[in-house]
Amino acid sequence: MTSSSTQARPAAEIPGRSVPSLQRPPAPGALFACRTFAWRTLIKLKYVQDHLGTAVVFPVILTLVFTYLLGGAIAGTPGEYLQFFLPGVIVLSLVASSMMSALTLNRDIATGMFDRVRSTPIWQPAVLVGTMGGDVLRYALTSVVPLALGLLLGFRPDGGFAGVVLALLYLQLFTFSVSWLWMFFAVLIPQPTAAAGVVNLLQFILLFGSNILAPSETMPGWLEAVVKLNPVTHAATTTRGLMHGDLSGGDLTAGLLACAALIVVFATPTALLYNRKQR
Amino acid sequence: MTGNPALAIETHELVKVYGETRALDGLDLTVRTGTIHGVLGPNGAGKTTAMKILATLLRPTSGNAQVLGHDVVREASAVRRRIGLTGQTMALDEDMTGLQNLILAGRLQGLRHRPATARAERLLEAFELTEVGNRLVKTYSGGQKRRIDVAASMVVTHELLFLDEPTTGLDPRSRSEVWQMIRVLVQDGGTVLLTTQYLDEADQMADDLTLIDHGRVVARGTPAELKTSRADGVLEVLLTDPSRRAEAGTLLARAIGAGVDAESDPSRLLVKIPDADQAARALGELARAGISVEDFTLGQPSLDTVFLALTGHSTLDDTREEEAEVRA
Repeated sequence: MTSSSTQARPAAEIPGRSVPSLQRPPAPGALFACRTFAWRTLIKLKYVQDHLGTAVVFPVILTLVFTYLLGGAIAGTPGEYLQFFLPGVIVLSLVASSMMSALTLNRDIATGMFDRVRSTPIWQPAVLVGTMGGDVLRYALTSVVPLALGLLLGFRPDGGFAGVVLALLYLQLFTFSVSWLWMFFAVLIPQPTAAAGVVNLLQFILLFGSNILAPSETMPGWLEAVVKLNPVTHAATTTRGLMHGDLSGGDLTAGLLACAALIVVFATPTALLYNRKQR
Repeated sequence: MTGNPALAIETHELVKVYGETRALDGLDLTVRTGTIHGVLGPNGAGKTTAMKILATLLRPTSGNAQVLGHDVVREASAVRRRIGLTGQTMALDEDMTGLQNLILAGRLQGLRHRPATARAERLLEAFELTEVGNRLVKTYSGGQKRRIDVAASMVVTHELLFLDEPTTGLDPRSRSEVWQMIRVLVQDGGTVLLTTQYLDEADQMADDLTLIDHGRVVARGTPAELKTSRADGVLEVLLTDPSRRAEAGTLLARAIGAGVDAESDPSRLLVKIPDADQAARALGELARAGISVEDFTLGQPSLDTVFLALTGHSTLDDTREEEAEVRA
């Protein structure tokens, strides 16, 4: 080797000099790869204020403001409004929270993280599957905070414990489905700020153009028609119905169809776009 | 496999076309095992494209490439099991701490959580980052980020490491630190492929160099070979009497038939000469004419001169612009 002629610092001063070599272990299995990305998702929950803000602070403020400031005007009394609004708050918190992993993926593509991951021998789909696995726990935490606050303020679900558990399970499915929508834009738009902008705007439209804040029957006919096209509307109706134990078969079907539609429409193009990055 | 064990990388007629542009236009690259190999070229020469194909991140339009004896397209996973990559943009999650980033890098290579943590702590210590190890990476300085990034490529020992412009945008001190780290990487017999647009970096670091431009190889060899074989040296003469400079310039231009540049210093002259014998003749001519010389130096051509001679343009034109952008 001829590089020895260049000006050398004393060995002790050279960063990295004291690192012994370490043989690479056998390639990790798919499960370990998924657990690695799930771990990454969960530690970020602890460090990133955005995540905590979306998971804890945002739903609390929203619940208090809408219930006490506007609830009386909308439903007669704040207590009555809370019965209608609280399931919606949970949907709303989860939709906001479901953007986080997509935005992380988007930044990974913009930085070198995506390339480094792809140059390793791990099972590649772990990036998406493992991250979404970690998200399950994050979503559970996200839904528990507004639920606990609601119970404290007087939310009384008529569907009882079983109804609430069923609603939370349905919401895991819905949040998983809606996260494909964000993943699609995360993979489509290369610049992180632009991607975050589009995703935030879309979230705003989806949340406010739904029946989360007020029943769609009270809206003008044209708006009611638009709101009923929004998958968030069907998720909110299904969640309410399950929690209060008065869900009609039609509403449940619509709620499940909304999930299926999101996956069918967005998961395939996302996977195609993701794979095309290798061409 | 047809691979030659003495070669870590062997490409044949590698072509990559994006729409109308031919990013690689028949690249033939060979890298000897156990060396630091520099790929030098201006922006848009195809350096990063070549590296991404070799690291299995892109597929070539045509041609083939063998990395450690494996075809990069057909045996991508065998290649991935033996290489490491530090890209041009840093592979760090800024919303995680430095320690967590290194643990993640270790787990991606298959280390279990506990050994990955032990290794990460060891690397932080070696790179003098222990103090900031538990802080989020977004609070780090540019040099600290680059060090974590290079450390992440050392979580396991790679047979072949790709480093894509590892010092772009770094201050001189961090640059020389990264250089030292790269030398450490080849201590255990590993091979490093380093792309750079800095001539001094290629000169200092590389055992072998491949100069590329417009997706093709324009020259290859050791830095010393390229400098001695491809371009003129420069004789710098300092005259005792500045008033005789014009006379000396005419004399030298006639005697060796080469270009003479007058410097802003009134007693200094720069003469391009093809070899050292000509330098002796030039100084002899001056002595015969009675022009006394205070001092002279005979300089080797820089790689930039070589690059200019080979391609008709300098690498520095692009580099300076980019540096300005990085600072802005």
